[in-house]
Amino acid sequence: MSTPATLSDADLVQRCRAGDSEAWNELVERYSRYVYAICVRGFRLSDEDAEDVFQDVFTRAFMRLETLRDGSALKPWLAQLTRRRCLDAISGGGREQSVEEVMGDEGSSDMEEIEEAFAVREAVAGLSEACQDILDRFFAQDQSYRTISDELDIPAGTIASRIARCLGKLRTELEGRNEAADGSSE
Amino acid sequence: MTRSFDEERLGELLRLLRPAPASWVRAAQELPYARRTFDEIVARAEADLAFREALVADLESALALEGYEPDGRIVAEIRARLTES
Repeated sequence: MSTPATLSDADLVQRCRAGDSEAWNELVERYSRYVYAICVRGFRLSDEDAEDVFQDVFTRAFMRLETLRDGSALKPWLAQLTRRRCLDAISGGGREQSVEEVMGDEGSSDMEEIEEAFAVREAVAGLSEACQDILDRFFAQDQSYRTISDELDIPAGTIASRIARCLGKLRTELEGRNEAADGSSE
Repeated sequence: MTRSFDEERLGELLRLLRPAPASWVRAAQELPYARRTFDEIVARAEADLAFREALVADLESALALEGYEPDGRIVAEIRARLTES
């Protein structure tokens, strides 16, 4: 039996519907950064509003998972839920700023970047665990070479080259995915 | 979709999806348990008048007394449900 982390979205949704709590944990884990990024990067919500929206999105997703006809559409469904709740938070929060002012002209490009970042993160999942770990620590968690060195017990002087190697592998992985996507669309 | 993959750009994109606060993720992961707790409390309140009256009188204390530790969102939902019925 597949572990939840290796399941497709459609299978993950199916397991969640069947009451599998490990599958639900994975669904939250898989999309927590995405939902969070839409809140704080796409809509520039305050931490307080972002937390409310974040919890509400996952609560609604949990309660309405049965209504999602196609489990493979989980990501756009969550994105839509999140965007709606962000708009509610902005318009219902008694703010003087309009949605346009909050998001600015760059709002849509921020959303495009989030989508692009998600695709990159999916590609990261195709790398070795060591690469996934070091890239995430350095870029997403802002850990210093010193901290990474201490926590992973590797020489600080080798970290930059390890990161560079992992970025190279990531680039290869992404190029492979794009070629495969291009090939399948031709 | 991503077409050019220089290291600087990859770094920018990797920085964009930062981890949500761990407590938020944990709370979201505990939703199934929280919903079960909610359903259990509501069912008990509907079947047990004394329990219901204790909840109406002092919701947080009554829940604690019975060993329930629901988060604020669930407590608010229970309060709303008690007010409705």
